[in-house]
Amino acid sequence: MKTEDLIKALDADARDKAMPLGKAWWLAFGVAVAIAAVVFFATIGPRPDIMPAMHTMRFMSKFVFTLVLAASAFALIRALSMPGATTRRAMAWMVAAPVLVVIAVVLELFVVPQADWGTRMVGSNMMICMSFIPLIGIGPLAIFLGMLRYGAPTRPVLAGAVAGLLAGGLAATFYAAHCFDDSPLFVATWYTIAIAFLALLGAIGGRLFVRW
Amino acid sequence: MTGKDEAELSGLLKAAIAGDEKAYADFLHRIAALIRGFVRRKIVQGGVDPEDVVQETLLAIHVKRHTWRQDAPVLPWVYAIARFKLIDAFRRRGRRIEVEIDEIAETFAEPETETVSERDINRALDGLPPAQRSVVSSISVDGHSIGETASKLGISETAVRVSLHRGLTAIAKRFGRQ
Repeated sequence: MKTEDLIKALDADARDKAMPLGKAWWLAFGVAVAIAAVVFFATIGPRPDIMPAMHTMRFMSKFVFTLVLAASAFALIRALSMPGATTRRAMAWMVAAPVLVVIAVVLELFVVPQADWGTRMVGSNMMICMSFIPLIGIGPLAIFLGMLRYGAPTRPVLAGAVAGLLAGGLAATFYAAHCFDDSPLFVATWYTIAIAFLALLGAIGGRLFVRW
Repeated sequence: MTGKDEAELSGLLKAAIAGDEKAYADFLHRIAALIRGFVRRKIVQGGVDPEDVVQETLLAIHVKRHTWRQDAPVLPWVYAIARFKLIDAFRRRGRRIEVEIDEIAETFAEPETETVSERDINRALDGLPPAQRSVVSSISVDGHSIGETASKLGISETAVRVSLHRGLTAIAKRFGRQ
């Protein structure tokens, strides 16, 4: 087939319309939040003392970390799924959440006596943390990988990993409302492992499924 | 490639997305020539037919045109897809090659005309279900319109559009990373 002939076929198919990618990302994000919320409330749900907990710095700081991670990953994944879009600034913003966690860890080490560091880090329910963040995040991750297929990421493995970080940030935001361990030492350790696991799954998914 | 090109091409694609088929044909012809110049410049070792990459890129641009943000420049988007498809073509043929992000090559990519030979896309076309294949080749190779194809094959225009769209999507998928 000559290129000229191919163009005739493409032109005849011009009427077919797909939703613009930017809009589709917001829609997908909404669906992902809904899925995560359903899984969260159907399983563990928020901790019973959530109202008084909301007055403590440590409890609220968890949402700052997870929401900053989700927001920066969302900006980056949208750019990564559009060919030719500049990603440098969005890439730079990805350090925001880790930097905030590091600052919080340093502050915690100053405030808490050294003898308590170990118990703060180990916490009371790290296994729940490490199983429920992936569990809440797996549905959103599938949605985001589907969106990468709908988009056109020129770096599918990286985009898949960022899909995992986005799903992880979202899942951790819900999970944080359940978790009793509010110390940044706990968050920096176990949340990170759980989110890294989703990022790894996402990278593998990007490699295997995101083809175009 | 100049600022004037950029403005005209993004204007054409915008009009095309709004439903102007004439603008879309213009857009495709012009970027086909640009992509051809770009790809020929990049393929220096042989082993990959530049025209195959041109066609794969055009298909990808077509099925992914919703990924272009209308307020963003269109040429970086076109070249990013062309570069991706070029690397993919090398990879599929068992070559590892880095295509550097070379702005200069893109700046000087001159429109070039097609050379004719057997195309990968023909094999992809042969792999389609018969109904889709006859619609796609009626419109492309035989140059019939949607209406002519509908009456020739004795099906509705809607059915022609559906088969055409499915056929093109399936061909594009076959050129995706395997």
